[in-house]
Amino acid sequence: MTAHSSGVNSVSYLEYQGRHKGLKGWIFSTDHKRIGILYLISMLTFFAVGVTFGFLMRLELISPGTTIMDPQTYNSIFTLHGIIMIFLFIIPGLPAVFGNFFLPIMIGAKDVSFPRLNLLSWWLFAIGGLLAIVSVFLPGGPADTGWTFYIPYSVRSGTNVIPALLAAFILGFSSILTGLNFITTVHRLRTKGMGWFKMPLFIWSLYATAWIQVLATPIVGITLLLVVLERLMGFGIFDPALGGDPVLYQHLFWIYSHPAVYIMILPAMGVISEIIPVFARRTIFGYKFIAFSSLAIALFGSLVWAHHMFTVGMSGAAMFIFSLLTFLVAIPSAVKVFNWVATLYKGSIYIEPPLLFALAFIFLFSIGGFTGLMQGALSVNMHIHDTSFIVAHFHYVMFGGTGFGIFAAMHYWWPKMFGRKYKIKPAKIAFWFLFVGFNVLYFPMFVMGWLGMPRRYFDYLPEYTPYHRISTIGSWILITGLIIMFYNLYSALRRGEKTSEENIWGGETLEWKAKTPPPLENFDELPEVSEAPYEYKINDFVEEKETEEVH
Amino acid sequence: MSTAEHIVEHHIHRDDEGARLGMWLFLFTELLLFGGMFIAYSVYRFIHQAEFHLAAKELNTLFGTFNTIILLTSSLTMALSIAAIQKDKKTLSVFMQIITIIFAAFFMVNKYFEWSAKIHHGIYPGSEELLMKSNGEILFFGLYYIMTGLHGLHVIIGVAIIAYMTVGTVKGKINSGNFVRLEAAGLYWHLVDIIWIFLFPLFYLIT
Repeated sequence: MTAHSSGVNSVSYLEYQGRHKGLKGWIFSTDHKRIGILYLISMLTFFAVGVTFGFLMRLELISPGTTIMDPQTYNSIFTLHGIIMIFLFIIPGLPAVFGNFFLPIMIGAKDVSFPRLNLLSWWLFAIGGLLAIVSVFLPGGPADTGWTFYIPYSVRSGTNVIPALLAAFILGFSSILTGLNFITTVHRLRTKGMGWFKMPLFIWSLYATAWIQVLATPIVGITLLLVVLERLMGFGIFDPALGGDPVLYQHLFWIYSHPAVYIMILPAMGVISEIIPVFARRTIFGYKFIAFSSLAIALFGSLVWAHHMFTVGMSGAAMFIFSLLTFLVAIPSAVKVFNWVATLYKGSIYIEPPLLFALAFIFLFSIGGFTGLMQGALSVNMHIHDTSFIVAHFHYVMFGGTGFGIFAAMHYWWPKMFGRKYKIKPAKIAFWFLFVGFNVLYFPMFVMGWLGMPRRYFDYLPEYTPYHRISTIGSWILITGLIIMFYNLYSALRRGEKTSEENIWGGETLEWKAKTPPPLENFDELPEVSEAPYEYKINDFVEEKETEEVH
Repeated sequence: MSTAEHIVEHHIHRDDEGARLGMWLFLFTELLLFGGMFIAYSVYRFIHQAEFHLAAKELNTLFGTFNTIILLTSSLTMALSIAAIQKDKKTLSVFMQIITIIFAAFFMVNKYFEWSAKIHHGIYPGSEELLMKSNGEILFFGLYYIMTGLHGLHVIIGVAIIAYMTVGTVKGKINSGNFVRLEAAGLYWHLVDIIWIFLFPLFYLIT
């Protein structure tokens, strides 16, 4: 076995030649790192499509009336933008890409528990993604229901709702399998000495996420399937004409889709918990609180779904309870924010691109989280329900939060994954474009939403023009930032300085003890863990930097 | 050592405990999948109590009871096949698995006759006969077709899995030293069984 391992591990996972060669060596590989890269490529492809749709929507809204597209096209575009960004970018963004790549390495394992199931997850993801894209080109036109597929319109609409629903169903199945795999891996494959409280916080957040994936996704699966059956055969389960209840659909949909919000945000919080201590050279403040707050978010987050439905006509008692629970979710989220800030306090901070993105995460997520609380209050919710205030809120949480979390993870782990360094300066320039562009794009939406601008509208009254103009200009700044960032990361792969340095940033978790880029089985000998992660007092990196400063 | 062998080595990492954990998690997701429909059932039953009682009279309790007995017995034979392989009685295990498959086939044949009788009487989604009935009855039969249909699909998948296991047992891949896959197939089959145990009273016995 040892002889095998050294043979397997003599080259990096990128160069390793297995049973299949070339492209097949990737799409049929059960190596968790290669699967992570597959997800990365497919996710970024879909992201590019989603960004394009977003850009077109903003361009349409630059002035009132028809600018570049008709209302039907606009409806389809915001639907596809939602489906792609949610199911194909944000949900798989961190767990499937960086979770796959780093979960086994960070717990000191050779792979996940079920490598073949892992490959199946990617195949399902690819098939689901293709189905979503294909639905655009089939006769009938792309779905125009919004990503929420609300009944009864999703039964009545003449567009290709069924392929879109099936795509979401298949993607859900892929997500379940990944979650199941991660839970088993965390339980079974932690290396010697790695007790639960010695796990890196990214692993804790992935673990909590995996439970939500496993427990919530089946409900939306069956719900979407019921809509498909409703369209095909008219069972009447949700169709009010036959006695069905559309509000029941909304409940079942949000029972999954609200926890799904935490599937999106929790891993990003995990990434931030990794990055902050490394660049502050300080032990994380309140490790157990951060770990347990992930579980608390997973638990409370599963009980607040009806706050999406305060205007559908629920009982007062139900609304009160859901509002209260919504406020409670803010507590574990705030615990994390305070702990990150406390970790930075009196740290020796090194401003590198990953930290910049992490800091932006804290800032933008705080705004997003706070405006979320505003909507959780019943009276305010009545006022801003279905306005662009909501759109601004969830973009602050999902893009400003998770999106920036993904960018932070990319800049943090890119050199480890590919053994190439990216240029720091363009990365920082890209960051400022992204940060400024983001706020210019989404902040005006808070204002106009408060003033009554409805969401998902193709046209608007002239008094909203200035806000829409600013917002559209913001989208251009943001896209410039995206282009600089991705060009910089891409050119790092082609021309970047090669590195085999193991510990690039001075991290204390196991992935920084593996070779760069890691070999097939990650470690020559499975590492043993004796201390909690982020113990910076005894880190050589800290001493080195300190002596440098003294001289 | 060729690299091809390395891959094989890489794949076969055996962890029975982990495999069982994974299977139980999968069963959770199955329960929740049906859970969504059980929620729909309870909501509509609560709203349309009288109609549900009326509609349930259309279902043949005898058929349902018979199928319940068949499925429960098949769960027993499945469990026996695992007990047999643990005691290294290969032939007995294969025999028990085949009996399980035969029971499953009986169940599906029954289901076929039951459904075709309903459809023959004009009770199926979207039929004129059904649309003339009250909303509660339409919902009852809608749920009946969807839930027993999805359950039937699980029976078919279960048969395919057990058949695959039977081949594995005959070939000796599943043996007294390595039977975790058969065990997982058994768990799946018990799940199919337990879902039926809830479907049976909710549809057949509420008259």
